[in-house]
Amino acid sequence: MNDQASQPFSRTHCEKPKDCARTARSARRLLGYVFLLAALTFLSGVQPAAIGAASAQPASAPLAGADLAPALALLGTDSYGDTDAALGRLAVSTNTRAADIVEAIRDGRLLFDPQSKAVFLRMPDGAVTDAATGAAVGAPPAGLRPVRVNNRVRRAIDAAAGALALLSPDNQKRLAAAAAVFKSRDVSALPILDAALAKEGDPKVKTALEQARAAIIVASQSVSEPERVSAARLIAARGDQDALAILSSLPPNSPDAVKAAAADGIEAINRSLAMWAVAQNVWYGLSLGSVLLLAAIGLAITFGVMGVINMAHGEMVMLGAYTTYVVQEIIRTSAPFLFGWSLAIALPLAFLFTAIVGIIIERTVIRFLYGRPLETLLATWGISLILQQAVRSVFGPTNKEVGAPSWMSGAFDIGQMSITYNRLWIIVFSLLVFFALLLVLKRTALGLYVRAVTQNRRMAGAMGIRTGRIDALTFGLGSGIAGIAGVALSQIDNVSPNLGQGYIIDSFMVVVFGGVGNLWGTLVAAFGLGVANKLLEPFAGAVLGKILILVLIILFIQKRPRGLFALKGRAVEA
Amino acid sequence: MRGLGIIDRKGAVFLAIVLGAAVLVPASNLGLAETNPLHVSDYLVPLLGKYVCYALLAVAVDLVWGYCGVLSLGHGAFFALGGYAMGMYLMRQIGPRGVYGNPVLPDFMVFLNYKELPWFWWGFDVFPFALLMVFLVPGALAFLFGWFAFRSRVTGVYLSIITQAMTFALMLAFFRNDMGFGGNNGLTDFKDILGFSISADGTRTALFAASALALAGGYLVCRALVTSKYGKVLVAVRDAESRTRFLGYRVENYKLLCWVVSAMLAGLAGALYVPQVGIINPGEFAPANSIEMVIWVAVGGRGTLVGAALGALIVNAGKTWFTGMLPEAWLFALGALFVLVTLFLPRGVLGLWASLTEGRRKTTAPAPPAMPAAKPAE
Repeated sequence: MNDQASQPFSRTHCEKPKDCARTARSARRLLGYVFLLAALTFLSGVQPAAIGAASAQPASAPLAGADLAPALALLGTDSYGDTDAALGRLAVSTNTRAADIVEAIRDGRLLFDPQSKAVFLRMPDGAVTDAATGAAVGAPPAGLRPVRVNNRVRRAIDAAAGALALLSPDNQKRLAAAAAVFKSRDVSALPILDAALAKEGDPKVKTALEQARAAIIVASQSVSEPERVSAARLIAARGDQDALAILSSLPPNSPDAVKAAAADGIEAINRSLAMWAVAQNVWYGLSLGSVLLLAAIGLAITFGVMGVINMAHGEMVMLGAYTTYVVQEIIRTSAPFLFGWSLAIALPLAFLFTAIVGIIIERTVIRFLYGRPLETLLATWGISLILQQAVRSVFGPTNKEVGAPSWMSGAFDIGQMSITYNRLWIIVFSLLVFFALLLVLKRTALGLYVRAVTQNRRMAGAMGIRTGRIDALTFGLGSGIAGIAGVALSQIDNVSPNLGQGYIIDSFMVVVFGGVGNLWGTLVAAFGLGVANKLLEPFAGAVLGKILILVLIILFIQKRPRGLFALKGRAVEA
Repeated sequence: MRGLGIIDRKGAVFLAIVLGAAVLVPASNLGLAETNPLHVSDYLVPLLGKYVCYALLAVAVDLVWGYCGVLSLGHGAFFALGGYAMGMYLMRQIGPRGVYGNPVLPDFMVFLNYKELPWFWWGFDVFPFALLMVFLVPGALAFLFGWFAFRSRVTGVYLSIITQAMTFALMLAFFRNDMGFGGNNGLTDFKDILGFSISADGTRTALFAASALALAGGYLVCRALVTSKYGKVLVAVRDAESRTRFLGYRVENYKLLCWVVSAMLAGLAGALYVPQVGIINPGEFAPANSIEMVIWVAVGGRGTLVGAALGALIVNAGKTWFTGMLPEAWLFALGALFVLVTLFLPRGVLGLWASLTEGRRKTTAPAPPAMPAAKPAE
C-alpha cells in the first residue's frame, strides 16, 4: 500500500531535471509561435505604423513590460484584425489594467476617438477614464465610439481573459484558472499555459498548471508519444474523478503506449478511489455508530444496569431535543448574541429536565414493578405514549426548527472524503458522554452505590445504602443522559414528537447486542453496528442493509443469548 | 368427560355470546328494518368484524404469553403475514378489472413494470391454496424463529426484543417496492371473495359470521391445548422453566408447538381482517401494533383466553370512541391504560371481577392461573 501511495506522488513533479528543462524550452518556443501568429494577423491589418510598433517588440518583451501603448494603438483603429492582435498582446501583458481592458472590450465599454485614435474606458458607473492610465478624464472628446466585436474577437477575448487569469499575480486566481483549463482542456490555452508554467514560482500552482497542460497534451495528436505518456502519468497522479474522466476519454487513435499508460492510471485511480470510498463509508459508519451510542447509552443504564425495560427511553431523547428547541427560541427572542452558546446552555438544562422527568417516572410507576420486567415494558410503553401526546399537544405535531451554531456547520475534505463538522462533533461528544458516564460509575460514590444495589439489593440495603433513593437517582442519570443525547440528535434529526420512536428499537438492539450491563459492550456494539450497516449499504442498499443487520442480530442472539460481552458469575442470576 | 372438561363456565358464556353474535348480527343487519332499534348498521358490521379478528389475535397472544410465558412483541408480523396471504388471493381475484386491465398482474406490478407474476404469487388465485398459506406462512416463520430461539434458550426480555426486531425487519422489507408486495401502498382495491362482491351486505355479514366462528374455533383449540397434560407442562415452563427442564421435559418442543399454533391463529385473524377492512399494508408490521396487542391481553386478564378476547374488545371499542370524540386524548387514555393496568390490575378486568365475586361469595372456587409475581431464578 505504501508503494502505491508514494509512487503517484513522485510523479506530480518533473520526473527528471531534464524534463523540466525541456518543458521550459518548449514553452518558450510555443510562446514564439503565439507572437508569430499575432504578427501574421496583424499583417493583414491596414496600419503600417502599428506593424512597426509590433515588430519592434522582442518576443518576450511584453511579459516584462507594463506598457499598454502598442495594444491600445491597435485598438484605436477599430478593425477586427487589429483588435484581435491587440487582445493577443493584452493576454500576455503583466499590466494590471490589461484584465480591465479585456473585460471592457467584451462589454462594449472600450471607447475610441475616431479622430485622435485615443482609447478610453467607460467604467460600469458611466465615468470615462483613460484606458492606459486609468485616470479619470474630465471632458471626454465628443464622438466616442465603442470598439466593435465579432465572433472572432469574442473568442480572442475569452482566450485573453483566461490567459490573464493564468498570469495573474494572485495565486488563488492562477489556481482557479488552471483548474478551469484542466476542466475545459482547451487546446488554444496551451501556449499561455506554457508561458505561465515558465514563470511560475508557487509549487502548488505549478502542479495545477502542469496537470492542466497534461490534460491537454495527453489527447493531442501533435505531441510526441513519450510526452503524452508522461502526461498520462501526471494526470493519473491526481487520483480523482476528473483525472479518471480524462484518462478514460482518450481519442481512440492514440498510440498504444499512451493507452497503456492511461489504462495503468485508470486502474491505480480506481484502486485508490475504492479505498477512499471504503474510508468514507467507515466514516459514515462511525457517525451512525456515534448516534447509536448516544441513543443507547442512557438505555445501557436504565435497561443494562437497572434491568428496567424502558420503552420511554426514546421519549427522553425527544424531550432533550425539545429542550434545545425551547432554549433556542428563548435565546432568539431575548438574547440573540448567545446563539453560538445555545447548545452548551441546553445541555445541562436538558440533563436536569429529563432527569427530573425520569425520577418522577421511577418514583410513581417503575418502583412498583421491579422484578417484573415484562410489566415494566408495558408500563413504560404507556408512559412513552403519554409523553409523545403531551409534546404533540403542547408544541404541535410538526417538525421544529433547531438551528446549528456556526461551529457545527460546514465541512472539510481529507483526500477524497468529505467530513462535516456536525458529524465530527457528535462523534466526539458521544465519546465524551460515554467516558464521563464510565467515570461516574467507576469512580464516584454514586457509581459505587449503583453497582452495589444492582448486584445485591438486600445486602446493599443492609450496609446502609438507601436503595430506593439510588434507584431513583440511577434512573434519573440514565434519563438525563438520554436528554443530552437529544440535544446532540436535534442537530441531525427532525425534532418532532416521533423523534424517540425512531431510536428505541435501534437502542435496544445495541444494548442487547453489546451485552446487558456492560458499558464497553454498548460502545463496541454501537460502532460495530454503525460501521457494519454503512459498509453493507453499497452492496445491499440502505433498507436491505438495515434488514440484514437486524437478521444478523437475531441470529447472533441465538448464538450468544446474553450479548457480545456477557456478564459472568452470580450477577447473571439476578 | 374430556370433551366437556375443556369448557368451563366462563368459556361457556363466552362461546354462547360469540356464537350468538355470529347468528344474531347478520340476522339483525339483513333481516331488520334500518329504523328498528335492534338493527346493526352497515357501518357497524365490519367494525364488529374487525374487533372479533382482534379478539382472535389476542387469544393467540394470550396462548403464548399467558400460558407459556413468552412475551411476543412480534405477533403483528404473523397477523400481517396471514393478511398478506389473503390480500394476495383477493388481488388475483380482481383480474382484468384493475385500472390497467391486466388479467394476470395486479395494478402495482404493471405500474412497476413487472413482466410476469413473481413465483411467490403463483397459486394465490386458488382459494384453498391461499387459505393453506394463511396458516403455513406465519406457521413456518414461527417454526423457524422458535426453533432457533427456544433451542438457544433465548428467554424473557431478550426474546421479546428479538421478536420486535423480527417484525421491524419485516416492516422495512415490505415497505420496499421490489419485494413484490405493493410497497408502502400495500394491497387494496379488492373486488370480490369466492365470487361474492366484497362490499355487498351479504358478504360482509358472512365475513363477520366467519370471524366469530373462527374466534370460537380458535378459543376451543387453545382451550384444548391448555387443559390437556401438554398445557400443564406449558404452565410449568412458564413458572419455572429450568425446573421443568431438569424434570426431563424437552422445554423447547413444548414452547415451539404453542408458539407455532399461536402464530397460525394470528395469521387466520389477519386473513379474516383484510377483506373486512379492505386493505393490508406494511404498517401492520409496525412494532407499536404488536405492543398494543399485548395490552389487550393485559387489560382483559392474562392467562384466561376469554379475558384476552374481552380486552381486545374493550380497548378497541375505546379506541373507536376516543378517536371519534376526542382524538387528542386517545394516546393519553391508551398510555394511562398501559400504566394503570400493569400497576393496579395485574390480572386484568377478568381477575378484578373474579376477586370481587370471590370476596362476596367467599367460595373456594379455583382461582384463575396466578401470575408469577417474579420470574424465578433460573
